[in-house]
Amino acid sequence: MFTINHYVMAQSLQEAYAENQNKGSAVLGGTLWMKLGNRAIETAIDLSALNLNQIEETEDSFRIGCMTTLRDLETHPGLDQFFNGFFKSVLEHIVGVQFRNGATVGGSVYSRFAFSDVLTAFLALDTHVELYQGGILPLSDYASRSPDKDILVRIIIKKTPCSPAYLSQRMSATDFPILTCAVSKMDDRWNIVLGSRPAKAKLVSFPFSGIPDHEVLERWFHEIDSSFEFGTNARGSKEYREKIAKVLIRRGMEAVTAGGSHER
Amino acid sequence: MNVKIFINGLEFHEETAPDKILLDYLREKGFLSVKRGCETSNCGLCTVHMDGRPILSCSTLLVRADGHQITTLEGLQKEATEFGEFLADEGGDQCGFCNPGFIMNVLAMKQELKNPTEEEIKKYLAGNLCRCTGYMAHLRALKKYLQQDREV
Repeated sequence: MFTINHYVMAQSLQEAYAENQNKGSAVLGGTLWMKLGNRAIETAIDLSALNLNQIEETEDSFRIGCMTTLRDLETHPGLDQFFNGFFKSVLEHIVGVQFRNGATVGGSVYSRFAFSDVLTAFLALDTHVELYQGGILPLSDYASRSPDKDILVRIIIKKTPCSPAYLSQRMSATDFPILTCAVSKMDDRWNIVLGSRPAKAKLVSFPFSGIPDHEVLERWFHEIDSSFEFGTNARGSKEYREKIAKVLIRRGMEAVTAGGSHER
Repeated sequence: MNVKIFINGLEFHEETAPDKILLDYLREKGFLSVKRGCETSNCGLCTVHMDGRPILSCSTLLVRADGHQITTLEGLQKEATEFGEFLADEGGDQCGFCNPGFIMNVLAMKQELKNPTEEEIKKYLAGNLCRCTGYMAHLRALKKYLQQDREV
């Protein structure tokens, strides 16, 4: 369990950012994973008073505050309708409703956990992050960086039609994934995201307007083999991950072709 | 830090350390239905409601409950007893250690989902672990409990 010396309920992003510049500071998300560590936090910064626990739907995007819970993401009617149940399929595996009522979107994205279902899913969509100092940048750029001292304010998902599909492989229900996979198609580009390899989720895109045939897919798999590094941990071997990656990608593409679907 | 917290409708004021966990505070105040289980945010034993939503009190800082309504099993005696009888009738009550957290999540589900399917029930309650029953007795009890309301 972590310890906290000082606790600051930030009244502005400016205050949160200033407090966070000290080495011993930490911004609190849901604290569910943080609790498993033993970090000594000098100043804990709480963003709960900044009204960042909302999902705002605009004409062209969903703007998701960093303190939005995973449960709110899962049950938001606008997201559910636009992405055809995608987020339900992503989030239903994460422990339980009580956990998801505490875990925050910001905590998941900022931490860039290697096992993250959430990061895998967001990367398959037209997603940007809004940082207090760093401005707005594509999530794929943010995901490749190491955590820094900026404040992640919100996640912005553009309403780009993409019929996303999500699949994962687990040893048992609600366990950490052995492999996560999200597939989407935006106009003439296929996006494939693989996470929990056991490395952090990563996006690879293939320009292609139609449905790839066997030959094209084999070429893509060859490229995937060189783009993604697979590894071994207690949950699965490198070889196993390499094999199931291709299965999940094929299934994901079939689901996307059928209009977007999700695992049951 | 000073916090004001409402537990089962009663107001509590407390000077607290910022890293105190809600679970510890509730047990100190005598709400012993709230159990410490896995310590990894997985088992659901410590489930309480915060403003009506089920949360894990083992992973929630007390300062985050400041100004909020917390409900434990002690605050829902009538509802808990009613569902507990269904559990007992179906053999879903063995060691009983998981029952308070399980019942709290069932009651939250009843508020949130109208006429849930079996699949929806299983998904909603996936965060409550039971080492004894294998869950089938739980599921039978729950179906009968929910059916009772539909018949009224």
